Amino acid sequence: MAVKSSEIMTINMGPQHPSTHGVLQLILELDGEIVRKVTPHIGYLHRGVEKLSEHRTYHQVIPLTDRLDYLAPMSNNLGYVLAVEKLLGITDQIPERAKVVRVLLAELTRLKSHLVWLATHALDIGAMTVFLYCFREREVITNLYEKISGARMTSNYFRVGGLSADLPAGVEQEMREYAEGMPAHIEEYEGLLTGNRIWQKRTIGVGTITAEAAIDIGITGPGLRASGVDWDLRRDNPYSGYEDYKFEVPVYQEGDTFARYKLRLEEMRQSSLIMLQALDKLKPGPILADCPRVVLPPKEDVVNTIEGLIHHFKIVTEGFKVETGEVYVGIEAPKGELGYYLVSDGSAYPYRMKVRPPSFINLQGLPQMVEGRLLADVIAVIGTLDIVLGEIDR
Amino acid sequence: MSDLAIVEKLKAKFSPEIIDVVEFRGETTVTVKKEKIVDICTFMRDTGGYNLLCDLCSVDYLGQAPRYMVVYNLYNITTKERIRLKAPVEEQGAQIATVSTVWGTANWMERECWDLMGITFVGHPDPRRILMPEDWVGHPLRKDYPVQGPDREPYQGRLS
Repeated sequence: MAVKSSEIMTINMGPQHPSTHGVLQLILELDGEIVRKVTPHIGYLHRGVEKLSEHRTYHQVIPLTDRLDYLAPMSNNLGYVLAVEKLLGITDQIPERAKVVRVLLAELTRLKSHLVWLATHALDIGAMTVFLYCFREREVITNLYEKISGARMTSNYFRVGGLSADLPAGVEQEMREYAEGMPAHIEEYEGLLTGNRIWQKRTIGVGTITAEAAIDIGITGPGLRASGVDWDLRRDNPYSGYEDYKFEVPVYQEGDTFARYKLRLEEMRQSSLIMLQALDKLKPGPILADCPRVVLPPKEDVVNTIEGLIHHFKIVTEGFKVETGEVYVGIEAPKGELGYYLVSDGSAYPYRMKVRPPSFINLQGLPQMVEGRLLADVIAVIGTLDIVLGEIDR
Repeated sequence: MSDLAIVEKLKAKFSPEIIDVVEFRGETTVTVKKEKIVDICTFMRDTGGYNLLCDLCSVDYLGQAPRYMVVYNLYNITTKERIRLKAPVEEQGAQIATVSTVWGTANWMERECWDLMGITFVGHPDPRRILMPEDWVGHPLRKDYPVQGPDREPYQGRLS
C-alpha cells in the first residue's frame, strides 16, 4: 500500500550560487519539488555605506554610492547629487548642459543595467546565446563609461552642482550610433526569446503578483508597472529636466515574469529614444553651477592662480557646510525607486544618509511570488526581480 | 501646497498627537507622538491615499531628548505626492509599535531599523537582524558606535 509522504526537505541555496546574482542565501523548504517556504538571508555584502557616509564630506560620499548598485552606478550618483542639491537649494542653478548629460547617462545606465538583467535572466533559464549578445552590447557601454569617467563600472562622474568633466570629443557621436543601433539589437533578443516555447513555458504565469500586493510589499519600477500600475517617477515627479522629453511609460497588466520581460525590453527602446532626444538637446555650455561655495573651481584656475588653488584646497579638505534640514529624493533607477534621505545638522558631513535601495524592497516580494510553486520557478523569479546584492546589503 | 489638505485632516483628527509641521524645500514633514502611530499611519493610508511606504528609517540625535526619530517617507501613487511622518522615540526602552500591519513593506525596513539602530518594533512578526550577523553585539548606526568597529583603534591615516 502506498504511503503518502509529506516530508518537508530543507535545502540551502547560496550564498555562493550562480543563480542568486550575488551573495544571496535562500533557505528553501520543499515538499517534493514544490516550494512551501522560502527564507532569504542577506547581509553578506554589508559594507556600512550609511555609517561611512556620516564620516565623509558630501563630495566624498559620491564614490560610495557607485558601489551600491554597481550595475547602474550613474543612477546612484544621480540620486545622491540631486538630494544634496535639493538640500543646498541649488536645484534650479544646475546648467542646462549638465542636466542633459545627466539624463543621457542615466538612460545609458538603464540600458546597461537592463542588458545585464536580460543576460543573466536568460542564462538562468537556459538561453546561453542571449547572454553573449547582451554582454556584447554592454561592453560598448562600459567602454563609453571608461571614456567619459575613466572607470568601466564605478563611474563617480556626477558632482554636486554638475559634472566632474565635460564629455570627451567624439563620445556624442558614438552614443548616437549606439542609441540608433539599439532597437535592432532588442529585436534580435526578442527574436530569440519572445516566441520561444521554452521561454514562454518558463515565464508566462510564473511569479505573478497583483497590483495591490505589489504596492503593499513596496515593489517599484518595472515590477510594479508589469502589474498594471502606471507610475514612473521620470514622468510623474520629473527631475533633472525629464519633463522636456517625450517618452512612453510601458504598462502591462499580467504581473508575471513574461510581462516584466516585455516591459523591460520596451523600456530599453524608450531609453534609446530619450538618449537621442538628449543628444539633440546637447549644446555647448558650462557643466558646473555658478556656486563657488560648493563647486570646485576650473582646473586652469587651480593650476594658474593662488586664489583658485586655495579655493580648491578648502573645498577638498573641509567640504562645504549645508543648512540644517532634511530632504528625500526619489529617482526612477533601472530597478525601481531609488531614494536618498539626507539629514543635515549644519556641518560639512551628512548627519544621516539613508538609501532606499529598490532591490532590497523588491526582494521582499520573493516569498509571495514563489511559495506554492516549483523550485525551478525560484530561479526565474530571482532573475525577474533584477536584484543587485550591492544595494541590498549596502 | 497640495499636501496641506491631508495635513489639515490629520490635525482635525489627531490634534493632540501632532507635535509640529515643517515645510523645507517643498517637502512637508509632520512630527507626531509615537503612541498612536499605527492609527495615524492607517489614517494616512486609507484617508490620505498614501498607499506606498517608500522608506522607513531612523535617525539618532545623540545628546538630545528624545534620542531617536523614526522617519516614514510616504507616497501617494494616485496623486503622486510625498509626505514625511516622524515620531520621536526616547532612549529608555527605545520602542515603537510596528506598522507592518499597515504596509507589508515595513517588515524588512523595521528589521533593518532594529538591526542597525536598535529600535524595537513592538508586535513585529519577525524581529530578527537582517544585515548584520545574528550574533552581532551592538547597533552600528548609533552615533556612539565607533565607525571603525568595536575594540579597534581609530584609523590615524597613512604613516608614510
